[in-house]
Amino acid sequence: MARITITGLHKYYGNHHAVRGIDLDIPEGEFAVLVGPSGCGKSTLLRSIAGLESVNDGAIEIDGELVNDMRPRDRNLAMVFQNYALYPHMNVYENIAFGLRARKTPAGEIDKKVTDAAALLNLDLLLDRLPRQLSGGQRQRVAIGRAIVRDARLFLFDEPLSNLDAQLRDEMRGEIKRLHQEIRKTFLYVTHDQIEAMTMADRIVLMRDGIIEQQGPPLELFEKPTNKFVAGFLGSPSMNFIPSALVTEDGKVSVKFEDGTTLLLPEDRQSKYASQAERQIIFGIRPEHISRADGSDERVGVEKYQSVIDLVLPTGSRTYGTFHIGRTPVVAELQAHDVKGAGTALALLVDMNRAILIDPDTEIVI
Amino acid sequence: MTIEIRAQQIRKRQNRRNAMKMAGRYCLAIGITLVFIFPVYWLFSISFKTPDEIFHHPPVWFPESIQFDNYGVLFKDGDAITVWNSLVIATVSTVFAMFLGTIAAYSLARFKTGGQHLGIWIISQRMLPPIVIVFPIFLLYVWLGWVDTYHGLIILYTAFNLPYVIWMMRGYMEDIPIELEESALVDGCSRWEVLWKVVLPLARSGIFATAVFTFVFAWNDFIFALILSRTEVTTFPVQVTHYFGGQSNFWAKIAAMSVLGTIPIFIAVAIMQRFLVRGISMGAVKG
Repeated sequence: MARITITGLHKYYGNHHAVRGIDLDIPEGEFAVLVGPSGCGKSTLLRSIAGLESVNDGAIEIDGELVNDMRPRDRNLAMVFQNYALYPHMNVYENIAFGLRARKTPAGEIDKKVTDAAALLNLDLLLDRLPRQLSGGQRQRVAIGRAIVRDARLFLFDEPLSNLDAQLRDEMRGEIKRLHQEIRKTFLYVTHDQIEAMTMADRIVLMRDGIIEQQGPPLELFEKPTNKFVAGFLGSPSMNFIPSALVTEDGKVSVKFEDGTTLLLPEDRQSKYASQAERQIIFGIRPEHISRADGSDERVGVEKYQSVIDLVLPTGSRTYGTFHIGRTPVVAELQAHDVKGAGTALALLVDMNRAILIDPDTEIVI
Repeated sequence: MTIEIRAQQIRKRQNRRNAMKMAGRYCLAIGITLVFIFPVYWLFSISFKTPDEIFHHPPVWFPESIQFDNYGVLFKDGDAITVWNSLVIATVSTVFAMFLGTIAAYSLARFKTGGQHLGIWIISQRMLPPIVIVFPIFLLYVWLGWVDTYHGLIILYTAFNLPYVIWMMRGYMEDIPIELEESALVDGCSRWEVLWKVVLPLARSGIFATAVFTFVFAWNDFIFALILSRTEVTTFPVQVTHYFGGQSNFWAKIAAMSVLGTIPIFIAVAIMQRFLVRGISMGAVKG
């Protein structure tokens, strides 16, 4: 098991500053997920930890030991790659045994470990096959098997599921999470898929342009984002951002939309925003916090809004209805039969307790 | 009923047309093959003919009896040793060129050694016409005392073939996904182990294909061997030219020596054929 501590890490590719001063501390046994859009530096960070990229500045420590200049083989970690990286000239058994052989493990031990790993991953019957004779999911399991037979102190995953189809990806997500629960080692997992990050992580590290925007438990990031980027990145469909103003009416602070509608902020947030009144803001609300008014509406902090739905996207269990506030499209998550079709006028409830208010200039949550 | 009969007739006609088409194609293929294979056949047949048969008019298409006198003379006079010389020089220089070239190619492919243009610069050396450099090399060799020695020709062919090996092997190695090597590095291999256990097995077809061509270059070379050898390490192409005389040409010896010189190439290509086809086409399609 390993604790990873990263301090002031910088990495340049020519003039491109890929990683800009990352500080990160991942305790032993944690499942940490690095997530962010393409080019945010998450894979570079992972590869730097693996020793596959040199760093320009900063320190990477594993269990308190500085590993910056250590060769990959001496760092004692295991890595699963996006395209599986199975050796095409070796069968499944030899692929799984490769790392053990490279480390001069006795033959008997190799055999036991490979057999155990194969049983754990349902690969027992495929040990003689070559990688090209396997399906995508099987190949990914072999790649994971190759990682787990090694007694590595740290496991790195570089977008391991992105080449799989949707159904298999769901399955493998579960398998990897279960694996972590069984072996309880430190996992560091890179993905651009926010659902993967939400479902698997003990801690999400959300990156953009080479810096960490926010890190913490998934629900904390989801419910208390610190800025617009984090709020918009997590959640599907993503959060609605509506240009608005904070106004005071009758001594109460409300949010006023472009179309003139005002929604009152809940009591417990009134004092917080009293000093901020009469300024432009971005009002952030998730689709699931806008619902159809059903008559029993008198909940605290829930405001009514009269909409005309202009686009209906049914998904079976839920229906996403889009309406416009001014020129901004807003998505509401409705029950399957809440709306018949485009053009339906619908009274909606906006849960103001869950809304966030963002400074339009700094994009930081206020 | 009538429809069925009609359908049968059409089917029959179609089958007949297909058969004719196929026969036509075979005839054409056989004709072309005969044209190309005839000089080879003629060379082989001359090597087994008596002097009378060789110069007979009209030509003797099939020798009456297979006789090995022409070969016997080559062995008795010691001329056949030139095939052995060629074999030693081509084989050893191929091994050297492959060893050095493969390592250099890996360095170029993976570490971008020498920057972007070193690869082009290296292959440009191979494009020099041999005749341009052979005389400076001759003077150098005279000074070094390497003329008419095994190591002289071996070093020359190694140096001359290295650019080709580096260029080809670099291409094959660049096609190997880099993640395989990174995975091996993380799994506990050193760079040399990565090269030995992952890269070389995957580049095997490319290695064989390149080696065959390198061998053939050295085997077929005439100009370097002519200038840089005298009597001790004459190679077989140079030896063949000794049979073209001012007064007459020794056709029997020319044919027999040419056959001896062709056989090793036939064997090499036959053994390597499986790898050769895969190797040549390997870099063609990127997955």
